Amino acid sequence: MPDLCRLDDQALTRRKTLLGAAASLSLMSLPLRPALAQFRVEVSGVGLTQFPFSAVAFRGNAGAGQDMAAIVRADLERSGQFRFVDPVASGLDETSRPDLAPWREKGADSLLAGSVQKLADGRFDVRFRLWDVVRGQDLGGLSYPVTAGELRLAAHRIADYIYEKLTGEKGVFSTRIAYVTKAGSSHSLWVADADGEGARAALSSPEPIISPAWAPGGQQLAYVSFEARKPVIYVHDVATGKRRLMANFRGSNSAPAWSPDGRQLVATLSLSGNAQIYAMTAAGGGEPRRLTQGGSIDTEPVFSADGKTIFFVSDRGGAPQIYRMDAQGGNPQRVTFSGNYNISPAPSPDGRWLAYISRVNGAFRLHVMELASGKVSAISETGADESPSFSPNSRLIIYATRDKGQEALMTSTVDGRIKTRLAGAQGDIREPEWGPFQR
Amino acid sequence: MSAFSAFSHKPRGASLALGLTLAAVLAGCSSVKLDDVPVEDRSGAAVSAIQPGNAQGGQGGAAGQRDVTGVQVPKTDDAATAMSRVVYFDYDSFEVKAEFAQVLEANARHLSADRSRKVVLQGHTDERGGREYNLALGQKRAEAVRRSLSLLGVSESQMEPVSFGEEKPAEAGLTEAAYAKNRRVEFSYR
Repeated sequence: MPDLCRLDDQALTRRKTLLGAAASLSLMSLPLRPALAQFRVEVSGVGLTQFPFSAVAFRGNAGAGQDMAAIVRADLERSGQFRFVDPVASGLDETSRPDLAPWREKGADSLLAGSVQKLADGRFDVRFRLWDVVRGQDLGGLSYPVTAGELRLAAHRIADYIYEKLTGEKGVFSTRIAYVTKAGSSHSLWVADADGEGARAALSSPEPIISPAWAPGGQQLAYVSFEARKPVIYVHDVATGKRRLMANFRGSNSAPAWSPDGRQLVATLSLSGNAQIYAMTAAGGGEPRRLTQGGSIDTEPVFSADGKTIFFVSDRGGAPQIYRMDAQGGNPQRVTFSGNYNISPAPSPDGRWLAYISRVNGAFRLHVMELASGKVSAISETGADESPSFSPNSRLIIYATRDKGQEALMTSTVDGRIKTRLAGAQGDIREPEWGPFQR
Repeated sequence: MSAFSAFSHKPRGASLALGLTLAAVLAGCSSVKLDDVPVEDRSGAAVSAIQPGNAQGGQGGAAGQRDVTGVQVPKTDDAATAMSRVVYFDYDSFEVKAEFAQVLEANARHLSADRSRKVVLQGHTDERGGREYNLALGQKRAEAVRRSLSLLGVSESQMEPVSFGEEKPAEAGLTEAAYAKNRRVEFSYR
């Protein structure tokens, strides 16, 4: 039996043990606890332009235990920008010089072929080549020596390569997401691959966890924990499990967000008697600097990608609306004008869009504003949307919602045409946050 | 019945004398005749016509001396005497309603009685709306209670207002009844 299959069995056994010991869980970093399946593509629309591509099963797949071509296919389809064309031949690999005519006839514009070979030291050599079927050109290929545990990541990197070669934009298939699950009184903060696989619990707690926020380097998460019977902010190193208490001021501490240079954290503190936005140095220590003024609720601060302004939610006008102010505080400008309840701003990294949640006739719906024009579109069909977050290439939005009576994570293209859905295997799933590109 | 007991203890020699004495005593006894001992039946009315029945037993000597009449001490309302530790709010409101004045006063008294006592005022909302905005709303409710307690003489150092937003509902469910139970501030004493 291949190595990888055996690893899966171990993981399952460990999962059963962990579930049995759930009662005695305090706060710990749990290494392996796969709890969720992949995001399922539920295409609710058709993309405008989709690249037709095809792929042949990698030679040596069976020995590796991961279907590399299938992972690449799923990644590209989920982006909404690619359409799979069934292969017309098999048995190709990265060394093949295929006759591209039949592929052209079938309608594929590009073709992926590759192989996975077990190396002497137990690792795997993953190789691939991409063909431009229309022009009959070799679009290059790479090789990755990886451990069994990194095979999926290698497939994601291949998908990134194809995506970038054909669209000119960076792919997000190798990025990670964070989210929170709740099962009874057990709360966990998870880190998973962008396709939902490989989830590991960074934190497990008997008290709620909300508002995870990735640091710019993708190594740390800030979040709000209620473990002290009040909301406090932690900064948590995902790889090591080391964390430090960032904000535990009198009252409530919540809504952490990082500056693009990673040097500052902004957050909502109730020091002054009502929710106001403060800035703190990420290194910790020192007095928090108050950025907003007034007796209303100011919360949910988030930096624009260029670091010059901060979007936030304020009910200074009577009901919650989205504003933006200078990164140092001051000069607040209102951003949302339609609807009487607009919250959870999420600006796109390219500075072009603002995703947010707007209450319309009692339903909480995901909206996207084009910042240059102010034009707004409602892009979801559900009515309990929360917590939108852009992918680092500004092409996709992940958000939480309730669908068919169950909490689920969704991704959507910015125009709302292509959506995918991830439902938790156990309990409720919420608070997604898309991680940055990782070096 | 002293005659009987005297009779049983006396030595035999004096039995005839006693017997005559006994007859004389009995003949002259002015104690209540057996026929006329009032018997209380279940309805409380006396059976004998001579003794007016008196079921209450509280008037003059009419009630029998061995009667027992139960008195039930009414059960105290625990919620009223024990200190309530929760205040509820209307939708989208952080106004402390007049109906909770007694709750505030009771907790204020409890805190003023011992300045070392500390309370965490935990504000909550129902689940409608965004999590962070609800956290801020719950904070407003906790602060409103803090202000009320402060006006009742509680010192600031004894109170910490915090919020749980929508994260710790008292009652699950998406009904108005459940929502109403979740819009609250709880007094949490350490």
